[in-house]
Amino acid sequence: MTDLVREAGTRGAPASSLRDRERAALAGSGHLQVAIRRSTDNMDGRWRGLRESLPGAEELREAARSLRSAAITRLPELLGQLADNVEAAGGRVFFAADADEATGYITELAQRRGATRAVKAKSMVTEEIQLNARLAEVGVTAVETDLGEWAQQLDGEPPAHILGPALHKTQADWVRVLRPEGYEGGEDPDAMCAFARRTLRPRFLDADLGITGVNLAVASTGTLVMVTNEGNGRLTSGAPPVHVAVMGMERVVADWPEVDLLLALLGRAGSGVNFPTYVNCLTGPRRESELDGPEELHLVIVDNGRSKILGSPSQEALNCIRCGACLNACPVFRQIGGHAYGDVYSGPIGAVIVPLLSDGNHELSHASSLCGACWEACPVKIPLHELLLEGRAQHAGSERALWRAWARAWSSPRAFALTGAPAGLRPPQALVPPPFREWAKGRTLPRREGSTFRTRWARGEVLD
Amino acid sequence: MRVGLFVTCLVDLVAPEVGVATARVLARAGHEVVFPEGQTCCGQPAFNSGYREEAATVLRSTLRALAAADVDAYVAPAGSCTTMVRTFAAGLLDDDPALAAVAPRLYELSEFLAEHGGELRGRVRRCSVAYHDSCHMLRELRLRGEPRAALARVDGVSLADWDEQRCCGFGGTFAVRSPELSVAMADEKLRTLGGADALCGADPSCLMHLRGRLEKLGVKTPVRHLAEILEEGTRP
Ligand code: SF4
Repeated sequence: MTDLVREAGTRGAPASSLRDRERAALAGSGHLQVAIRRSTDNMDGRWRGLRESLPGAEELREAARSLRSAAITRLPELLGQLADNVEAAGGRVFFAADADEATGYITELAQRRGATRAVKAKSMVTEEIQLNARLAEVGVTAVETDLGEWAQQLDGEPPAHILGPALHKTQADWVRVLRPEGYEGGEDPDAMCAFARRTLRPRFLDADLGITGVNLAVASTGTLVMVTNEGNGRLTSGAPPVHVAVMGMERVVADWPEVDLLLALLGRAGSGVNFPTYVNCLTGPRRESELDGPEELHLVIVDNGRSKILGSPSQEALNCIRCGACLNACPVFRQIGGHAYGDVYSGPIGAVIVPLLSDGNHELSHASSLCGACWEACPVKIPLHELLLEGRAQHAGSERALWRAWARAWSSPRAFALTGAPAGLRPPQALVPPPFREWAKGRTLPRREGSTFRTRWARGEVLD
Repeated sequence: MRVGLFVTCLVDLVAPEVGVATARVLARAGHEVVFPEGQTCCGQPAFNSGYREEAATVLRSTLRALAAADVDAYVAPAGSCTTMVRTFAAGLLDDDPALAAVAPRLYELSEFLAEHGGELRGRVRRCSVAYHDSCHMLRELRLRGEPRAALARVDGVSLADWDEQRCCGFGGTFAVRSPELSVAMADEKLRTLGGADALCGADPSCLMHLRGRLEKLGVKTPVRHLAEILEEGTRP
């Protein structure tokens, strides 16, 4: 496992700098970039096509934005309602202030049930709270059942993308990862898929715990809505005797019309399909009259830094439905991949929320050229580029003296005029000030031909 | 119209030929051009780095200088600096009378020509141009047709097919904070340049970055600001 990958699976401030991680990602063979380009271009292209062909796509995004904002504004109230309705349906609800409380609740539950085997459907929040590691400490082996996430688990890597955890893996990588599990075929996706199905099926049936995330939780009915592309969510939540659903506290919506709109956008933005492949709507555990479903349902609602975002200028970050579209559209993500962000969340949304959630890795807000492609792609229209700017402003300080001096000079036209280098001069490398030296590593330094514009204007040389 | 040039810091100090071309093109389109001399910079370098107060200091002084000029409109040969004043400045300066006076009348060059370019037409030798959509201009100002329409005023110019909308990797101070990444982004875009005769854009900052990279790579394709192509095509 490379350092890049190791750090991506942990929380808090990574040991290396953002620039070092960028360099490490760029220094590879180029396979990473090829693999990312292939899958993100595919997903981004489909979503772009749908945006262009769908009548009123802009209005839908705008509507989704205001619905999400309204729900987040009412968060405490909606969460209360959700908890009441989940409990009324026979489930149990636990509010976890942080990762330790969340994992503590789940490991205690596992011990109480004497559990040793868990299956999991891909969930970013369980990555965020490092649930698998905590379960392992109490003797529970958790098996990921999303195909990509399973490959990542077998490879000892955290997910590299919110939606496509293994999108950076080539077919050859897949074969390498599956070999030790007993796969004997070649680079044929269908054969690998069939192998995975055969291998994972008994795990579902043997599991003591099924752990899933939650895409949306409906306050009015206490229903947990879960989306997967492979149907593994249904088996994970339904086959084992205990279902633990873990959600970030922002995932609540007031009522069903929101679900309708958000799922339509989630499928399109995330995977380029008109509606998500598998949608499960779970209200409570198995009822008397029902044949299957879990005996117990536990909903763990995780704060872990989210309530600090509430009421802050970055509140809109909580509107995110984790579709991954901003990663697919991002020109930075496409060069460095997910692991270089040094956290489980990557891409534009990661660069926004990681510093907010973990109060560390503040540098991440600089992992963007602020091009706005993320904002253009986001189905709930989060102005991610503005939130990145907000993050930069929140943690500005180390360069204050420099910028103050700059502001003093450049707010005076006379001093400004003096900062222009003499015409035609390209100073020797050693005399170039540091920021320009960095510039000059891959680019020639600009060189002005002739006098500055203001000088030429004053001399009357500008107009014909 | 009487038009005040907002040339921007980069054009003034590094690429004055772009300012000259802009002024001439505006004059040839029938406008009276003035240069409010107290202007410096829109404050964007500090703003994008997170230093809002410092950005505001510089922005305020430029806005004051611009507002003092007796003009009907302002024109900048830079989509990004236009965006700074029109879009981002409002969050930086509360109730600033100079901002209120300038922002609604500030145009990016091709945007201005689309409305007030009159019959301006010209010609150059046949030349295929790869037009670069700079990010602020494309996504904040939503100017996609305007720069192309401006190029269409010049006979002989045809648009080359390339990866026109992808960010070039400049990103202000991003280009020096993350130089390797910035260059990798430029390379991906430049790889699609193919046989275009020139690379053209409406943001001098992106062009400085792309030109610097092409020169470093030893590629001879000229990099030209939209104003320069218009100026060359409309010479009397
Ligand atoms: S920020 Fe928007 S585009 Fe990115 S994952 Fe969240 S909802 Fe999707």
